[in-house]
Amino acid sequence: MALTPEQLQRIARLARIAVGPAESQAVAGRLNQVLGLIDRLQAVDTGSIEPMAHPLDGPLQVRQRLRPDTVSEADHRAEYQKPAPAVEDGLYLVPKVIE
Amino acid sequence: MLNASLTELSAALAGKKISSVELTRLYLDRIHALNGKLNAFITVDEERSLAQARVADERRSSKGNAAPAGALTGIPIAHKDIFCTKDMLTTCGSRMLANFTSPYDARVIEKFAEAGTVLLGKTNMDEFAMGSSNETSHFGAVRNPWDHERVPGGSSGGSAAAVAARMAPAATGTDTGGSIRQPAALTGVCGLKPTYGIVSRYGMVAFASSLDQGGPFAKSAADLALMMNAMAGFDARDSTSLERPAEDYTRNLNLDFAGLRIGVPREYFVEGVEPDVAARVREAISWFEKQGAKTVDITLPNTGLAVPVYYVIAPAEASSNLSRFDGVRYGHRAKDYADLDDMYRRTRAEGFGTEVKQRILIGTYVLSHGYYDAYYLQAQKVRRLIAKDFADAFARCDLILGPTSPSTAFALGAKSDDPVQMYLNDIFTIPAPLAGLPGLSIPCGFDRRGLPVGLQIMGNHFAEAKMLGAAHRYQQATDWHQRVPKETPL
Repeated sequence: MALTPEQLQRIARLARIAVGPAESQAVAGRLNQVLGLIDRLQAVDTGSIEPMAHPLDGPLQVRQRLRPDTVSEADHRAEYQKPAPAVEDGLYLVPKVIE
Repeated sequence: MLNASLTELSAALAGKKISSVELTRLYLDRIHALNGKLNAFITVDEERSLAQARVADERRSSKGNAAPAGALTGIPIAHKDIFCTKDMLTTCGSRMLANFTSPYDARVIEKFAEAGTVLLGKTNMDEFAMGSSNETSHFGAVRNPWDHERVPGGSSGGSAAAVAARMAPAATGTDTGGSIRQPAALTGVCGLKPTYGIVSRYGMVAFASSLDQGGPFAKSAADLALMMNAMAGFDARDSTSLERPAEDYTRNLNLDFAGLRIGVPREYFVEGVEPDVAARVREAISWFEKQGAKTVDITLPNTGLAVPVYYVIAPAEASSNLSRFDGVRYGHRAKDYADLDDMYRRTRAEGFGTEVKQRILIGTYVLSHGYYDAYYLQAQKVRRLIAKDFADAFARCDLILGPTSPSTAFALGAKSDDPVQMYLNDIFTIPAPLAGLPGLSIPCGFDRRGLPVGLQIMGNHFAEAKMLGAAHRYQQATDWHQRVPKETPL
């Protein structure tokens, strides 16, 4: 199935990626090529097959670990905020959300 | 020295025939001479590399309280720019992270530091590891050392080209759908994608978490084994890391072929595979037969569905993983915006390239309300069928041999306008990671244009040592892996 311009804008909104009118047609064209490829899966009969989310859930059947619910990391706030575009007093700055 | 194996370099360092500083200088000069043409490295920090080399030399001469030297101490290694390196750029080939200096080291970087290796530089790659040609990098395409008008493959194209042109004795990469094995094949080097869960993903920028796995590039299978000894191991900070006893990946290098069953999947020798590629791979398989291995005709019936499955699952996971790039905590932020939502949308529109945006949009679509069952769950079900194909095959054989890629290196720009054609070229490397299985690629000859052909060896979970043994024995009888591109002579 082919994406309509409205569907493309809906997905772009969900993905928080601006897709301008100038590129809209080209983006939709490429996405439709890929959707044509993945549509081949629709013809497969998978009636009783369980979905496989990751390789450890395959023949290996390994259970993923849970760590104890305790503090394991030291405070790295200052270092971790260094690459941030805008911080102040240990807080990340973003455009005003609430008036 | 530039064509020496890691074992030879290790012996030269131990025997004081060369110092780590001299060896590092040799490779830095080689990078300096060739990188303008090949664009294999994004970041090279000579001071930092030479400082690490001096520390390695001290460790080798056991001065002071230095830790005892290991096999790789003092050997320079290049790292894919997807592994976070403290106080150094980690760009992931993206404008989004073009100025990102990581506050911490990836586990793989720590492990190579513990082994005493020298960080030679960070290699170019497809943006966020999404690509099979290295053309999606924000820092420009990497050129194939065998033919500068052709791609080196991707996404770890910089690491592959660096080893092929002998700008590094070995390198790291990551493989999600073939990003180690395919560039290794297209540049005539060796690359291993280990079993899922063996190499820590901590600090490795995430693309598709149920598929991503780090692994080595090197000139030979024996070198890959040494690299694996340094790279592999349990890490509590990666929730998918497997708790297993440490392995010596060199233990099976002299593999006995008596009783060895080699599966030859009929789906890997079909129309669409270049005749020269099929011929070289068949010649390699008959070499194994002559040495006493038995070939078994096997079938992997769902091979044709692997690419569609992958292009649902990998984009779905990418759309979730890459949601972290929002212009708030790190990376690019748009200059002009109306409000917070607009800031996110513009930041991501500017920071990501075409291919990455396309995959995020596909992933968002297949996970969205009304499509989740039809696409995402259906793909996960077919994924189980693909895993079952392998489980059935490995009941009848020990290793599976076939081509790594249906073609040799293609021309720059040849597939960049047609995403589906580009994706389908990964048909033989995509199945193994869907099942979490290991795979490696070694050179097995050339096509009529003089471009390298890759032989893929796949094994069951944790069969790396056996796969490396098969590859090593082949390399003792052949010299394809020692050939150096004419355009970058030693």
